[in-house]
Amino acid sequence: MRGEKIHPISFELLSKGREIAEKTDGEVCTVVLGDRVERNVCLEFIHYGADKVFFFNSPLFSQPNVLNFKHNLVRLIKEEEPDIILIGATHFGKTLAPRVAAALKTGLTADCIDLQLDEKCDLVQIRPAFTGNILAHIKTRTKPVMSTIRYKVMNAGMRDLGRKGEIIEKHAEAPKDRGVNFIGRESSKKLNIADAEIIVSGGRGLGSAEGFKLLKELADLLGGVVGSSRTPVDEGWISKEHQVGFSGNTVKPRLYIACGISGSSQHLAGMKDSGMIIAINTDPSAPIFKVADYGIVGDLYQTIPLLIKEIKAQKEGKN
Amino acid sequence: MVKIIVLIKQVPDIEKVRFDVEAGRIDRTSAPAEINPFDLNALEAAVQIKEKLGGYVLALSMGPPMASSSLRDAISRGADEALLLEDRIFAGADTWATSYTLAGAIKKIGAYDIILCGEKTVDGDTGQVGAEVAEHLNIPHVYYVSKIVDVTEKSIVVISEMDDASYTIESTFPTLVSFTKDVNKPRLPTLKDKLRAMKSEVKVWHASDLEGFIDMKNVGYVGSPTNVHKVIIPQGRYREGKIFKNINEGLAGVLGALKDKRLI
Repeated sequence: MRGEKIHPISFELLSKGREIAEKTDGEVCTVVLGDRVERNVCLEFIHYGADKVFFFNSPLFSQPNVLNFKHNLVRLIKEEEPDIILIGATHFGKTLAPRVAAALKTGLTADCIDLQLDEKCDLVQIRPAFTGNILAHIKTRTKPVMSTIRYKVMNAGMRDLGRKGEIIEKHAEAPKDRGVNFIGRESSKKLNIADAEIIVSGGRGLGSAEGFKLLKELADLLGGVVGSSRTPVDEGWISKEHQVGFSGNTVKPRLYIACGISGSSQHLAGMKDSGMIIAINTDPSAPIFKVADYGIVGDLYQTIPLLIKEIKAQKEGKN
Repeated sequence: MVKIIVLIKQVPDIEKVRFDVEAGRIDRTSAPAEINPFDLNALEAAVQIKEKLGGYVLALSMGPPMASSSLRDAISRGADEALLLEDRIFAGADTWATSYTLAGAIKKIGAYDIILCGEKTVDGDTGQVGAEVAEHLNIPHVYYVSKIVDVTEKSIVVISEMDDASYTIESTFPTLVSFTKDVNKPRLPTLKDKLRAMKSEVKVWHASDLEGFIDMKNVGYVGSPTNVHKVIIPQGRYREGKIFKNINEGLAGVLGALKDKRLI
């Protein structure tokens, strides 16, 4: 963790760690590096499955300063000699983990979506590559085995208030390496599209920023949010936080409606695991139709107003 | 005068590449090779820094002999010089061994102020090599940079996207920076640029050229802590695949499905 909040991915990693520990007769440790962290936070990790919590509390961790985190994490890893280290594949996790792996001369597997133990009890790390087109099964022959894990691919465990564990307070040390100064911070994303259950996305076929008004109307009606492929963001029709795809956000909503999106590999990599996919596009050969459950070959400006009208009629009928 | 190194990877055009589902294989011959699209943003950033402060841009890559075509492309887009690390013993490297080899070459190059790279590649898609290079060189790194606020001959000020916030960070040279696609729009080379690049030389260093800078047991497949054991080409989840060419029929189908799934 970093800063004042625990990222929910921590509990997902913890539950996977617990599962591996049960099968291998091992133990699970959580490392908390934060500034002015309450001891209760550490207790929470024990309730969710940690046997030990290593707890660093220092202003060194008030900013995402990788060098401070790396220095203390590497020290701890050398002392404790764990077999496996799991780190969330958040921006910060992905900034920190390779630095730690390089320092420890060990292998690191990025963006895992599953971890399994094979018959030899080796950890098999499963990760997408080639813009989501393949799944590679990777083994590490050095110790510790290190993986970053994608958010929301593993389930958090159950909270058990009766669980016991040990909280070990550690002294944080400032590294000699410097060269990075934090000047400012601005909360960026107002919209967290990765957590949305329903997304109505628009692409090049919208033709202009105006088109998003129509999509917004549909999204509001369904209780969802508006997404976008790369083109509208590049054209300045909509802001970056709406972007779904390999260079934007990976999403997994219950319903994804793609309007005027052809479906490049780039875009598909970000949404192809959605629950139900509906595509509206004028080009019947558009790749988006290959991943769609339902597709309408037609003009979105003709189709969506009709869809909105029908949904409204349905809702009124119910009331 | 700023000395800039841009890390480049040659990748297959991901929109064209085909996958052999049965064999679990990537058919690299099915698509033309190109510079990793994210690296183009790093290269553009390098050229803009050079235009502002004066300096020198070196495009550095590790790969097979054919990767020199991408390095020539980098020259056409504004790099002053290109260097390819090419040797059979470098093949099969994971991110650790790749970054180790690149860092060895950078140590031999010696003088540099800043190393720039893309946030990830479209093939390996790890985003790890940059930070690992920085660690091997014992220099700081700033990842996921969406904007350069200022750059001088001593330091760079950037906006780094870190999950729920953007941070303004100043990093003093030497440093390594990785960019997202938001940082700029890479320019297209002119015909003149392309012709000039065709005639330019791509310097090649083999393993023997790096003696004293790398330990040969740490490179390539042998030096890689991770190995790919199996590749699966997922078929994707089952999809209904009901595509309607008539809008009214389509609407009926979609509404039925939304009702079934209790989405309306």
